[in-house]
Amino acid sequence: MKTIKLKKGLNIEVSGKATLHIAPMSQPEMVAIVPDDFKGITPKVAIKEGDTVKAGSAILFDKHHPELKIVSPVSGTVVEVARGERRKLLYISVKRDIETTYEKFNKIDLNADRQEILNILLETGFSALIRQRPYDVIANPTIFPKAIFVSAFDSAPLAPDYNFILKGQASNVQAGLSVLAKLTEGKVYYSISPDTSAELKNMKDVDINEFIGAHPAGNVGVQINHLNPINKGEVVWTLNIQDVALLGRFANTGIVDLTKTIALAGPEVIEPTYIKTISGTAIAAITNCNIAKGIKVRYINGDVLSGTQTFENGSLSPFANLISVIAEGDTADEFIGWAMPRLNKFSNSNLFATKIIRKLFPKKQFDFDARILGGKRAFIMSGEMEKVFPMDIMPEQLLKAMITKNLDKMEQLGAYEVAPEDFGLCEFVCTSKIELQKIVGDSLDYMRKELE
Amino acid sequence: MKFLKNIVDKLEPTFSEGGKLAKLHSVFDGFKTFLFVPNHTAKSGAHIHDAIDSKRTMITVVLALVPALLFGMWNVGYQHFLAIGQDANFWTQFAFGLLAVLPTLVVSYVVGLGIEFIIAQIKGEEIQEGFLVTGFLIPLIVPVDTPLWMIAVATAFAVIFAKEVFGGTGYNIFNVALVTRAFLFFAYPTAMSGDHVWVRTRDAFWWGAGEPINAFSGATPLGQLATSSESTTILHNIMGNPSSFLDAFLGLIPGSVGETSTLAILLGAILLIVTNIASWKTMLSVFLGGAFMGLIFNIWGPDSAIANLPWYEHLVLGGFAFGAVFMATDPVTSARTETGKWIYGFLIGVMAIVIRVLNPGYPEGMMLAILLMNIFGCLIDYYVVQSNITKRLKRTTIK
Repeated sequence: MKTIKLKKGLNIEVSGKATLHIAPMSQPEMVAIVPDDFKGITPKVAIKEGDTVKAGSAILFDKHHPELKIVSPVSGTVVEVARGERRKLLYISVKRDIETTYEKFNKIDLNADRQEILNILLETGFSALIRQRPYDVIANPTIFPKAIFVSAFDSAPLAPDYNFILKGQASNVQAGLSVLAKLTEGKVYYSISPDTSAELKNMKDVDINEFIGAHPAGNVGVQINHLNPINKGEVVWTLNIQDVALLGRFANTGIVDLTKTIALAGPEVIEPTYIKTISGTAIAAITNCNIAKGIKVRYINGDVLSGTQTFENGSLSPFANLISVIAEGDTADEFIGWAMPRLNKFSNSNLFATKIIRKLFPKKQFDFDARILGGKRAFIMSGEMEKVFPMDIMPEQLLKAMITKNLDKMEQLGAYEVAPEDFGLCEFVCTSKIELQKIVGDSLDYMRKELE
Repeated sequence: MKFLKNIVDKLEPTFSEGGKLAKLHSVFDGFKTFLFVPNHTAKSGAHIHDAIDSKRTMITVVLALVPALLFGMWNVGYQHFLAIGQDANFWTQFAFGLLAVLPTLVVSYVVGLGIEFIIAQIKGEEIQEGFLVTGFLIPLIVPVDTPLWMIAVATAFAVIFAKEVFGGTGYNIFNVALVTRAFLFFAYPTAMSGDHVWVRTRDAFWWGAGEPINAFSGATPLGQLATSSESTTILHNIMGNPSSFLDAFLGLIPGSVGETSTLAILLGAILLIVTNIASWKTMLSVFLGGAFMGLIFNIWGPDSAIANLPWYEHLVLGGFAFGAVFMATDPVTSARTETGKWIYGFLIGVMAIVIRVLNPGYPEGMMLAILLMNIFGCLIDYYVVQSNITKRLKRTTIK
């Protein structure tokens, strides 16, 4: 085990962290499968409206890799295949049965050959939860990775506590990791933090490393960069630890039970808490009157730095283990903000007295809203991104290569190693309020289109 | 605030597209965001943002320049009354300097911001804050007697040809304020150099007129050194009395308005370093470079007065400290990588002293040194970035 100390980074204490307690929730009638959540695939529908499906039945498959399936998390009847402009697939909604029935699958035999194990994952929809780098898309099932990365902790603002979520599930996590270990020639890198609980700390079949430091220490991107960086032509896979546990549950029981625990947190949540649910559940059912009234709020699938915005009628993304709720703030008016002390505002710069307050009380929490708090400008300040970017990559120069669509430079400066989420903090601290994650996301798409 | 907000909201339609004054939208937007923090919300990416923005950043730099400006104003008055042989108290000296310097500041802001407003409107963009700093720098780096029309022409030239043609704040290659000065220096050399421009001997707004007394000589210390034919020179003030290191450090010497007092400049430097707006690495390395080169000339240099000037005096004379603190650290035109900043700053210090000592034409080297390094900043970054690229390439070949 290596211990890696990161000096760069930033912990943002957002108010409304979920308390370690699972709130009861009545499971809603409908779940939605949203193809847009699965980045990088071209979705094709495998069912028709009115079909009955079981938990684990294929709903969608990828046009380019038909063996890659996305499955229904519940059993029930397909109610709607909703399409938008130019017949773009928006979502598929399934009305669930009272009693869940499960699709029958072969159990995973760990002694079987690599392709056979992968085939089961493709069939059961678990491979659609695996992401690959380069390009940060759903893993291409035709290329086995040189390594697989799993982070046992999340360091983002309001991040769910996996020690709590996965309490008593160490055997599932272990089973999942053992399956992953069969999928690569190389290692499965399992990264823990000093706070990781004892039961999650001791795993077999994996290379365990400890990361100490502020966010983004828990991001797989940072861990990849420190442990086994991606070179041209190489592929690594990443999988969220709760999804590893779901995979392990399947390996142990043989059924696709996608029930998971997520956090509902943020300044506008009345009682921030954990909830047991299933991805595809409507946001309104999850928040269930637990949101401050009378103000416009923003719902986020994921954390406030790199999550995606959703709405009350949206649904929980399969890739989110957290729903963050913050005020929209578009009606707030701060008088001459450039001159005021603004003692309620968080800043990583030294232009606000709150920096001193935070030094004295590091746990002081701040309310945030969705304002960008400034005008958009060209790159002016230098060195500010580098302070929160603990990778051996020059963020500003890489971003400039991306803005100018210079493929050679992107490749040379490490574009294969990054995902938009790695730039979440950079975007947060940027004085010029540039949409960095959008630049990275668009550029990775562009690169993939040009190079694949 | 509610009352102001109501006015702004009421005026908004007039200045928006389709309104009567839509042509002034950028100006309106400029004032609106000056009064209220814009309430645009994140459309993509991070949903929360740091409270820092470019307005607060630029205002901090302006604040850092205030000690140099105030001291400069007082010094203009002090030198004036010294030259005409009148006794004057502190406030009279300051008031005279204020009257002498204020028109320059006004002209610089009116011309520069005017052009910025017009170009922002043509491009349909928000007004950028960069000129708040540039406009404040210009009066501080010119001799007090520079005619206002020259300042207007030079400012217009610099804003248009050094900044806007490149795309505006953040895209310029050269420091805009220094281009203003360089334009003045080469287009109107008689108004920018010599012995007669550094001390205001005539009146300011028909007040404080007088004749310089006989012993008066308006040469700056660097000017005295450059014209000296001996191998050592005792520096003197404008009255012919010896002038010490302390005088130069405090700023009781003639020179461009804001550059004379190293003490006032250091106060600004402290603010910039504490707030982390300017890079301490660049600042420190400029001083290191200057000291290094000064020392080299002290030991091996030619036997001239300027080469024999003790290295530490170089750092407090002329525009060296001002350039190091406020010009070299301009993030846009400086090297942008952390390693690059050390090299960039060091070379500015070295070049400034080299120009001072070896070039008989220009007694001051800071302006040219920084402009020269503005070009090389990109080149330095190129090599720093290249080392990252090479490292990544090596990673693949080792296996």
